[in-house]
Amino acid sequence: MYAFDIERPATVSDAVKLLKESDENQPLSGGQTLIPTLKQRLAAPEKLISLTGIGEIKGICEDDAGRICIGAGTCHADVAAGAGKYPALAALAAQIGDPAVRNRGTIGGSLANNDPSACYPSAALGSGAVIVTNNRDIAADDYFQGMFATALDEGEIITEVKFPVPEKACYMKFVQPASRFALVGVFVAKFADGVRVAVTGASEEGVFRWTEAEEKLSGDFSASALDGMSPPADGMISDLHGSGAYRAHLVGVMTRRAVDAAL
Amino acid sequence: MPKVSMTVNGKPASGEVEGRTLLVEFLRDGLGLTGTHVGCDTSQCGACVVHVDGKPVKACTIFAAEAEGATVTTIEGIAAEDGTMSPVQEAFQTHHGLQCGFCTPGMVMSAESLLKENPTPSEAEIRDYLEGNICRCTGYHNIVKAIMAASGQDVSKIAAE
Amino acid sequence: MPKDGIGASTKRREDVRFLTGNGNYTDDINIRGQAYVHFLRSDVAHGTINSVDTSAAADMPGVIRIFTGEDFAEMGGIPCGWQVTDRHGAPMQEPKHPVLAHGKVRHVGDPIAAIVAETREQARDAAEAIMPDITDLPAVMDMKEAIKDGATKVHDDLTSNLCYDWGFVEENKGAVDEAIKNAAHVTTLELVNNRLVPNAMEPRVAVGDYNRSTGDHTLYTTSQNPHVIRLLMGAFVLGIPEHKLRVVAPDVGGGFGSKIYHYAEEAFCTYAAKVINRPVKWTCSRSEAFISDAHGRDHVTKIELALDKDNNFTAVRTETYANMGAYLSTFAPSIPTWLHGTLMAGNYKTPNIYVNVKAVFTNTVPVDAYRGAGRPEATYQLERVIDMAARELGVDPIALRRQNYITEFPYATPVAVEYDTGDYNATMDKLMEIGDFAGFEARLAESKARGKLRGLGVNSYIEACGIAPSNLVGQLGARAGLYESATVRVNATGGITVMTGSHSHGQGHETAFPQVVAEMLGIDASMIEIEHGDTDKAPMGMGTYGSRSIAVGGSAMVRATEKIIAKAKKIAAHLLEASDADIELKDGQFSVAGTDKSVAWGDVTLAAYVPHNYPLEDLEPGLEETAFYDPSNFTYPSGAYACEVEIDPETGKVSIERFAAADDFGNIINPMIVSGQVHGGLAQGIGQAMLEQCSYDSDGQLLSASYMDYTMPRADDVPFYQVDHSCQTPCTHNPLGVKGCGEAGAIGSPPSVVNAVVDAMQRAGHTHITHIDMPLTPSRVWSAMQG
Repeated sequence: MYAFDIERPATVSDAVKLLKESDENQPLSGGQTLIPTLKQRLAAPEKLISLTGIGEIKGICEDDAGRICIGAGTCHADVAAGAGKYPALAALAAQIGDPAVRNRGTIGGSLANNDPSACYPSAALGSGAVIVTNNRDIAADDYFQGMFATALDEGEIITEVKFPVPEKACYMKFVQPASRFALVGVFVAKFADGVRVAVTGASEEGVFRWTEAEEKLSGDFSASALDGMSPPADGMISDLHGSGAYRAHLVGVMTRRAVDAAL
Repeated sequence: MPKVSMTVNGKPASGEVEGRTLLVEFLRDGLGLTGTHVGCDTSQCGACVVHVDGKPVKACTIFAAEAEGATVTTIEGIAAEDGTMSPVQEAFQTHHGLQCGFCTPGMVMSAESLLKENPTPSEAEIRDYLEGNICRCTGYHNIVKAIMAASGQDVSKIAAE
Repeated sequence: MPKDGIGASTKRREDVRFLTGNGNYTDDINIRGQAYVHFLRSDVAHGTINSVDTSAAADMPGVIRIFTGEDFAEMGGIPCGWQVTDRHGAPMQEPKHPVLAHGKVRHVGDPIAAIVAETREQARDAAEAIMPDITDLPAVMDMKEAIKDGATKVHDDLTSNLCYDWGFVEENKGAVDEAIKNAAHVTTLELVNNRLVPNAMEPRVAVGDYNRSTGDHTLYTTSQNPHVIRLLMGAFVLGIPEHKLRVVAPDVGGGFGSKIYHYAEEAFCTYAAKVINRPVKWTCSRSEAFISDAHGRDHVTKIELALDKDNNFTAVRTETYANMGAYLSTFAPSIPTWLHGTLMAGNYKTPNIYVNVKAVFTNTVPVDAYRGAGRPEATYQLERVIDMAARELGVDPIALRRQNYITEFPYATPVAVEYDTGDYNATMDKLMEIGDFAGFEARLAESKARGKLRGLGVNSYIEACGIAPSNLVGQLGARAGLYESATVRVNATGGITVMTGSHSHGQGHETAFPQVVAEMLGIDASMIEIEHGDTDKAPMGMGTYGSRSIAVGGSAMVRATEKIIAKAKKIAAHLLEASDADIELKDGQFSVAGTDKSVAWGDVTLAAYVPHNYPLEDLEPGLEETAFYDPSNFTYPSGAYACEVEIDPETGKVSIERFAAADDFGNIINPMIVSGQVHGGLAQGIGQAMLEQCSYDSDGQLLSASYMDYTMPRADDVPFYQVDHSCQTPCTHNPLGVKGCGEAGAIGSPPSVVNAVVDAMQRAGHTHITHIDMPLTPSRVWSAMQG
């Protein structure tokens, strides 16, 4: 790793202030992706602004609209244990990484990084969540802007994620066998006004909504409504672990399974 | 260099660290607690698992500075003061749950956490919980068996030896 | 009876230190004043080094000294320990392997410069300031293309990229061709034995130390054979005689072959410690290990199996391309030849066998032995082609094997080895029992009911362990002997220290070796301690690999203990005033046959060191003996394995539902440890068959360069295994009747996994699927099902 200092502010406003001191300062949340990246010397921050000491962005609650609101600094293990009101979300959190990773990695860190194979982006997009930052609310549909790209500005910090709770939902993950990230992960959520289907792991553009499936499922929420369907293979990731065609096929399979298993 | 202080295996520990000093480096190089191992640089092998405030974390993927004020337990802190091994350690020996010993500290630390969270885990739950601990020697058979035995389950039906 | 003698599942004494964090691995060793080295490694697969400008880096904070290939140009290269002679009688092509790249870089990871600094990070910082000027050359990646005329050469001073073209047995070729021409049926299979990265969990580490006042060098290193490193590095690279060079391999965190070899980093740290007059430490990161540890396997093979009208095997003919990588690692040339060709008879009485191997240089990391080493390659192709032949002929694959099994021993194969003992039907019978073959149909129906496919795959295997004797392997090209040594030191009060040249890096020698001595002397194993891993302690050692420790190292210990017993009897005879021919040793007591006169073990050992009442005129005081043991033959463990898989037809995901292994290891010292060795081998074999793939792109960039892309088997990838080693046909030529068990699991398991998947495909009506190359990833299986 290159040399850097670590600051551990206690409030969001202090963190934002520190981030604004230099373009070379970078926020550090759970660090489960950032630290391996730093080890490879792929990033050279001047200061890391650790968010792990900020109590106000940790925890899970319910707002007046019935949304599950998760502090950005909440680790995956705490979401898995504490988001019982949204079982599909809790189940997704329980599938990220491994137990030790889940005790450090955070929802805010995952969404800010927007790894194309990460699990959380599919939940946020599939639920139509709102990503709350230190200065605005961003709808999930506007937030994800391609692989590792988000609507966040420099120095902007996610503070909370608000998830509307669907009638039924399920996340189906087919793991990439080495990294155990999603080779394909599909989050299906059935709301009163329609179905959302978000896919991670598959596309070169990062997490995306499979709108054809959403339309079919909004009319008929059953796996058979998607019989034989899969998204086009064009633009799907093709690598050691599977071709674009295979990933496209898996999106169909995982979506049908998610519908079948949705609670 | 900034100073960091924490409680390690029940004793106060402090030292000067750089921002980039990982907890595992502080433990190994700073405190001489070399039982915690480093087997990869992508946060996957789990040889470095320690408990921070009672929970398993990968000591290679947390900065020492972030453990300021924390209570840290390493493999050296698992056996009793008089050297008596914990039931998990004991079971690993009885059931040959280790060979070269390199992944073992992390395995034991994860197993201790598992049994705290889930006192009687099934075979599948154990295998799932060990997702972040890689062993190249044992084929996992005797690790899983040892953890089942440590939890008081009857392992006599699982292939002998 | 001694406590914890032969056959006891004694708990491992080494476990206590490993379980409590008190192991002493090489990276735990820090010497006052040590400096750290970082290697700047090539990020291109092939290129000409025009210059390496270190001037800016030399001025960076903390930098002590920077070395480049120029510094080692006049020194010996990293030596190869085995010379193979090709089918025309010419020696293999053997390029120089410099400590640091000189003139050219030949694989991603080839070290260009070594930066020694006060801290690790300073060394790494400085490495970024080094500006190597390298002109890229085309990467030589495809083995078949590499040996065509006009191909780019990895080594300009060689005539081509062909290391050797080996035929075995060359004189058999005509008869084999004839037998295949006249066969009633010939089954042909082309396959790939996938390239693997050994991935011992402990990355390599080297610490070099030099004492200027005595001129003594010490190297602490993660090695399976410190004496071999001392010899290779001292004699061939650095010119340091053995008495001035100590190599210590303390607790070592797994090897699997990858820590046999002498590596450049070891020579560098030893050398640099003298140059800068400070200890120099190198700790390999996992990412660095992927591009600097020797890889394994990487064969492309065509095999033909000929049968007569009664389904008797009449001939086997193979053609294999074996990847050597960019340089010859220590034992690389021997793996596809003597450790592979000699096993091509398998468990079968095939009369005509011819093996051709073309070893090829490419711009990849050197390839050498990985658990099994040559024998998995032989077993895999043979057991796959037999399964395929059974299917083509419509006969039961087990029956076809049984029909062709060798049943009379000793048996001389047409590929130059003589199996001493074995009972292949017995292990197959045992397999069918522990694998519950009778219940397969019910499990198949149950899988089907859930929409899943199920298959059962079976294979036999044989391996050759404890490569020997030395004079024979010398004729075959080995540049070392393959004996082992042991010193048994009995102390005055009766406790024993055994210094062995075998090295334990997980195998449990500290527990199992004392069991043997305890059994021989009739004393408790707790009175016996094993010392290993230090060239200053054991007299000489060839180390641990090839499942040789108990068969060769254990036998040396037996021989030394026999000398101890012989001398102790003489002392006892003196004390008892009897003839030593009348002295019997039982349960730690020496007694005069037919009388009640006896002296205890401790009385004799005390007399040896306090020789007041002692036959000084006939016998030296003291009780310490050394033996070197050179086996007269290989040992031949064998067995039968079965894998049962379930496949999700929608995703192609294969899960291993059951795995059974029935092995014949001859006599067994510690059954618990033996089972553990099999378990570990099985996981590595299943890993090869299902998960692991070392992949390069066409430019020579490593694609599977970390655990993010290289799939290590994890706890949820494997089931509980059913293992059995009750079938025992003891080895006839070593004193313990043991055969070795370290590699069996990795050798025997891949074919049964693939056989099971193909079986499932066939049962599900995918009759076009007769083979899928390893690893059987979901994507490959799914793609195969698409037709």
